[in-house]
Amino acid sequence: MKLKKYTLSALVALFGGAAALSLSSCGEDASASAGGDFTAEQVSEALYTVLFADRKVYASKIVTRLAKEEKVIKAHEDWKEEKALLLPAQMFREGAETVDGMDKPFGFTYSLQSLWPLNMENAKKRTPAVMEGLEAVSTKGLDTYGKKWTGEEEINGQKYFVGVYPDTASAPACWTCHNDHENRKDEYPEFKKGDVMGGIVIRIPKA
Amino acid sequence: MLAFLKKHKSLLLWLIVAGALGGRLGYIFFSGEDKSIILPGATTNGHHQIEQQCTACHTDEEKENVFTSSGVPNSACIKCHGDDLEAFSDSHPVRKFKNPENAVFTQHINALNCVECHKEHNLKITEEMGVTIPKDNCAHCHQVTLDNLESHQNLGFNTCDTAGCHNYHDNVALSPAFLRKQYGKPDHKEVQVRETGDLLARMIENGFRERDPLTASQADAPADKMTNQEHIDEWDASAHARAGINCMDCHEDSTNAPGEAWIEFPTEKTCAKCHDTETNDFYKGKHGMRLKEGLSAMTPEFARIPMHVDAAHSALSCSSCHSDHNYDREFASYQACIQCHSDEHTQNYEKSKHFKTWKSEVVHKSPTGSGVSCATCHMPTVDREGQLVVNHNQNANLTPNDKMLKDTCLQCHGAEFAMSALADESVILGNFSKEPEKRHPGVLWSANLAIEKGDEATIKMKEFLDSIKSDEEPKEYIQYEESEKNEKNEK
Repeated sequence: MKLKKYTLSALVALFGGAAALSLSSCGEDASASAGGDFTAEQVSEALYTVLFADRKVYASKIVTRLAKEEKVIKAHEDWKEEKALLLPAQMFREGAETVDGMDKPFGFTYSLQSLWPLNMENAKKRTPAVMEGLEAVSTKGLDTYGKKWTGEEEINGQKYFVGVYPDTASAPACWTCHNDHENRKDEYPEFKKGDVMGGIVIRIPKA
Repeated sequence: MLAFLKKHKSLLLWLIVAGALGGRLGYIFFSGEDKSIILPGATTNGHHQIEQQCTACHTDEEKENVFTSSGVPNSACIKCHGDDLEAFSDSHPVRKFKNPENAVFTQHINALNCVECHKEHNLKITEEMGVTIPKDNCAHCHQVTLDNLESHQNLGFNTCDTAGCHNYHDNVALSPAFLRKQYGKPDHKEVQVRETGDLLARMIENGFRERDPLTASQADAPADKMTNQEHIDEWDASAHARAGINCMDCHEDSTNAPGEAWIEFPTEKTCAKCHDTETNDFYKGKHGMRLKEGLSAMTPEFARIPMHVDAAHSALSCSSCHSDHNYDREFASYQACIQCHSDEHTQNYEKSKHFKTWKSEVVHKSPTGSGVSCATCHMPTVDREGQLVVNHNQNANLTPNDKMLKDTCLQCHGAEFAMSALADESVILGNFSKEPEKRHPGVLWSANLAIEKGDEATIKMKEFLDSIKSDEEPKEYIQYEESEKNEKNEK
């Protein structure tokens, strides 16, 4: 896939509290230098690294520790009403929505999608490219299972780089909520630790 | 030239008339406050107070993007409504639709622009909350939700908000989890006392220095201003004197030239030096929004609801409700309102049970917080980051009125009862003198769903309720059915 180059002086990725990452690297054929060129895939990779790390820390060191181990507070889908922690997926979505409202380099967006959505309105958001990516990263038995998928798509006349990265069940809160949820459909799989439950979708507009 | 004009007198006359008309219109456009003559149409109930200040909505950003924008920019709306949208976690923030994956939804309604749903100057198509698109607009995106909810199978999309359950922006009042917890709550709580705040304690907590109380002999106004003994006596007995606030704290502007520091009539800006929270809330409501936009103060003559004629030209300021020197909160909670308001709801207040509780509290027959005045519901004491604040935006919980539930109604009543009352216009007009005849089904629906899913707490509550209501008349619930939708559409 031919990737467009992007120029970058600093990249700020914000998720949850605030994680800042500055990049100064190179594009496909550019030498490393501060303020150099980057491919969309490289930018996407950098974003995913931060998102993955923050998601892992929130799930393990906040939710699992406080709700499961120390049992000082629960994590609940109705977090406001129940005065509880946000579920890891809700935390991720809140961060994504905050980023949607910010001025940021590259105009990137990200979200969490799955072949087995609990909220059927999220199902409508899955474009053909995202569906292809989700099938690749989360279908057991395929060589692509658990590996990133990249592609391109066009929405409303704008071309996008699309990266779909496997989202793995890392904390009990993830699989217990999905396996027991009232919206879960009969044909959905029973998730367990380490299963790919969906994908982190990163989009970067192309010039 | 003169000869030419003499020869063409009609042209001269035309030029004079056109010039005068142009000059007049120019004055109205650039300087005059009353711009009604150049308005393209009447504005909504929420904006008509400031319609004379075109630039309140038509900002420079719109002018700069006049050929590319779709009208009034979002920033103009956010300027006044942004804080509230953030405070109640807007369910459909614009930012959500900036994500390209939501393009599937914006193809039906371009939710990126506020004016997509809130067009101004067109009352013919304007519904409640200034909405100018059809009421069943939720259908575009939420059909799949309805299809998957058994309790909602017979409901029309035009009833989503009319039932008082869902709102496009503000769903802080109701959620299924909240409703489920309200199941079985009695209509009237055994203890009906609401929380009240301590203003002075809050101000000290926020950094104001505690002062020693003052008495009349310590009043620091210039001698030539100390001519009204009534004012001095009122101040002497006031909370201001007890908190050490002296005459010059309000009546002095130290930025004025020497000898001209005295302010005869302090404005809301003076009050804001200490009461900035209250003043900012006041600016957000219909009482203060004109002042915020730099217009003259709101007067009842601008109102679209019935007001007392003799109050028509009373300019609204802090002192309209809080008298100049005695700051009587009892007066501000009720009598101040009826100075101007004369609508049916207001007129029925003195016949209501709420008024009886207020009278009882005022004469100390019942505890503080047990009486219900106008302010109890329309300027409720709310918790903001752990501090109790009287919300001086009296419109905040009316838009829509189910926002009144948590901060006011539920202090004393069960949710099903309160939601039923708020859904019944005749009950509201009667100022809650009668109880609602039909019940709002929201709490029951949520409880039934919880029971179906095996929620133990809800099942136990149902068993308890079944065991005690054998002789009770069965409740009649409001039917928000598809047939109602068709009936309304025919109208």
